[in-house]
Amino acid sequence: MMRQLFRFHGGVHPPTHKSQSSEKAIVAAVMPSKLVIPLHQHVGNIARPVVKVGDRVLKGQVIGAPDGRLSSAVHASTSGIVAAIDMQVVAHPSALSDLCVTLIPDGLEEWVVNAGADYRELSHTDLRHRLRQAGVVGLGGAVFPSDMKLYGGKNKIKALVLNGAECEPYITCDDRLMRERADEILRGAEIMRALLYAEEVAIGIEDNKPEALAAMQQAIVEGRYQGIEAVAVPTVYPGGGAKQLIRVLTGIEVPAGVRSTDMGVQCFNVATAYSAYRAIAHGEPMLSRIVTVTGNVANPQNFEVLFGTPVEELVAQAGTLPGTTGHLMGGPMMGFELPSAKVGVIKAANCIIAMSEALFPPPAPAMPCIRCTRCVEACPQELQPQDLYWFARADNFGKAQEFSLFDCIECGACAYVCPSHIPLVQYYRYAKSEIWARERDKTAADTARQRHEFRQFRIERDKQEKAAKLAEKERAAALAKQQAEAAQTTAPADEDAQARIQAAMQRVQAQHDQTHPKNTDHLTPQQQTEIAEVEARRAKIRELAHPEADISHPASHLQEVARPQPEDLPKE
Amino acid sequence: MLSALLVMSGLALFLGAILGFSALKFKVEGNPLVDKIDAVLPQTQCGQCGYPGCRPYATAITEGEADINLCPPGGEEGIAKLAELLGVEAKPFGEGAGPKEKAVAYIDESTCIGCTLCLQACPVDAILGAAKQMHTIIASECTGCELCLPPCPVDCISMVPIPEKVGNWKWRYPVYALTPVAHA
Repeated sequence: MMRQLFRFHGGVHPPTHKSQSSEKAIVAAVMPSKLVIPLHQHVGNIARPVVKVGDRVLKGQVIGAPDGRLSSAVHASTSGIVAAIDMQVVAHPSALSDLCVTLIPDGLEEWVVNAGADYRELSHTDLRHRLRQAGVVGLGGAVFPSDMKLYGGKNKIKALVLNGAECEPYITCDDRLMRERADEILRGAEIMRALLYAEEVAIGIEDNKPEALAAMQQAIVEGRYQGIEAVAVPTVYPGGGAKQLIRVLTGIEVPAGVRSTDMGVQCFNVATAYSAYRAIAHGEPMLSRIVTVTGNVANPQNFEVLFGTPVEELVAQAGTLPGTTGHLMGGPMMGFELPSAKVGVIKAANCIIAMSEALFPPPAPAMPCIRCTRCVEACPQELQPQDLYWFARADNFGKAQEFSLFDCIECGACAYVCPSHIPLVQYYRYAKSEIWARERDKTAADTARQRHEFRQFRIERDKQEKAAKLAEKERAAALAKQQAEAAQTTAPADEDAQARIQAAMQRVQAQHDQTHPKNTDHLTPQQQTEIAEVEARRAKIRELAHPEADISHPASHLQEVARPQPEDLPKE
Repeated sequence: MLSALLVMSGLALFLGAILGFSALKFKVEGNPLVDKIDAVLPQTQCGQCGYPGCRPYATAITEGEADINLCPPGGEEGIAKLAELLGVEAKPFGEGAGPKEKAVAYIDESTCIGCTLCLQACPVDAILGAAKQMHTIIASECTGCELCLPPCPVDCISMVPIPEKVGNWKWRYPVYALTPVAHA
């Protein structure tokens, strides 16, 4: 049955340069002298380092644990000693440093204990957890954690699209993978299909890769896979863009601001499916990937490269040639120049191109835009690149957003056709990152406003509470004073109170009479006479005091009752 | 004649009642322009404009007391935004004011004596500490207002510029280096 294919708007046909590397089998790269493994190789939060400098780690051991929901694990690509955990230049267009684990391989390739499982016997939650712990991320270049894309069921995913289009010039890693490991890709697709409850799987392969297409189709027949189809799609750049491939294979156009999953389609790269299969069935975390090494090298070919392998050591295996001016990571359309040849290979690195003056002549100077709208014809997202360019150039970001700047996939088709050689994508990237920075600032300002308002509210509340307490205290004091005054004026008339005071005083007296000093036994006669003298003195004082005691002032009596006089206490 | 008068006066009363009711029901509390201006200000609450916080400054602008070029953390762009919002001409910073690099406060913890003076100065409660305990800045909440600097009796607080990292790095505006033409 022939499948009906659809077209997407625009697209360009740059020279492919694929034959240099596509006809040689994948070779395992030689173990490098050291591995520089960045802890942030995925979209989301940076992995948290869980090893110490000096630790011996085994191949496949977790060295960075996922931190937060959107994150992924990072593993030791081989067994060896952790030499450093520090900031090192990473493969990023900024040329800035990020946290990396430097590993000195011991050459033993000693694995951690890892057990695979049959995916049919595991719960979907467990499968997703295993993928997360295995550090499986999208290998098409976006490195989005795959477990986050594999929630099926309620979204009603109908079709799973596997992306084997590989539309960028020079790159052949997916081509070789499909030719050599077709069955494993299909097994991975089965796992993904089960997680998504997808009905069908369509594998899109550009028709300039007939061998890969044939290999996949043969594997489908041999493995008796049901509902999986490998489809040849026309070769047009950027036919490997997720939205473009979905359009071509299913006819579904994903609207702006909508995820393809909302339209019932999910898309993965073929290499991601392969890695998912290795992770589930063999318990192997993502430790390596296929990397095309091409451009200005003696033997362009594909290598299976451990993550963290320094780019210069990898390129040397393909035969470094003189005249290399730098290295591109990714293809010539969307890739970027590496800040240094010492950076480690990361999960996003599908291709390393050694640049030379002959292959990549310096860009012609940019001329003014003549509004020829060739970029409009080329844009696969049906945007107005010339308008976006004007707005980005003028820092008119609001307007750029209105013209759907964020639907731009930065494929570079517009810049490719521009007769004025304007680096359009650079303007779009500039505008996008400025808008993101403003949004960050806005969120920070909103938080600060909230915190400031709460602080003011808190200070005001504390003040009010303090004032209320003080008022309460004053009120209580005033009340007590009032009562005391009232008592003073009313007490003489209050016979009852008078009687109670008398009774209390009598009770105290009785108590006092009953108590006897306990240390009066076995006293010498001298001491006894001393005591007798003291007692006599006391009696005299009491006699003197009593007649003077004014019974018309009960307050003084109360004082006497309340406070035991010193002489009432027994003396030693 | 009479019925027409009745109808007209009845209508007038009815509409008047509606207007009176909605004036009470949909009464606007405070000046909405203050909120709009406040939303544009950077919320550092630093007081560098001469007002005790962003909202008081917004109120002052609304009342015509303050100019729009007094907010250093907002930078030139902040002035431009205010100008656009208020429909006036943007103007450069006044004397003594100027845009500032973003920074967060940092407490040298070995010098800190735990006096809590900076805690009381911080407008967004971004300092953590207690009496005679070491204090520290919650860097993610610090607005870089510098209000904690003057009260510190041991000068243990310094402002550290926010470094550029992979996470907050921005693509640069495309510029081309001019290369001198080789003379034949």
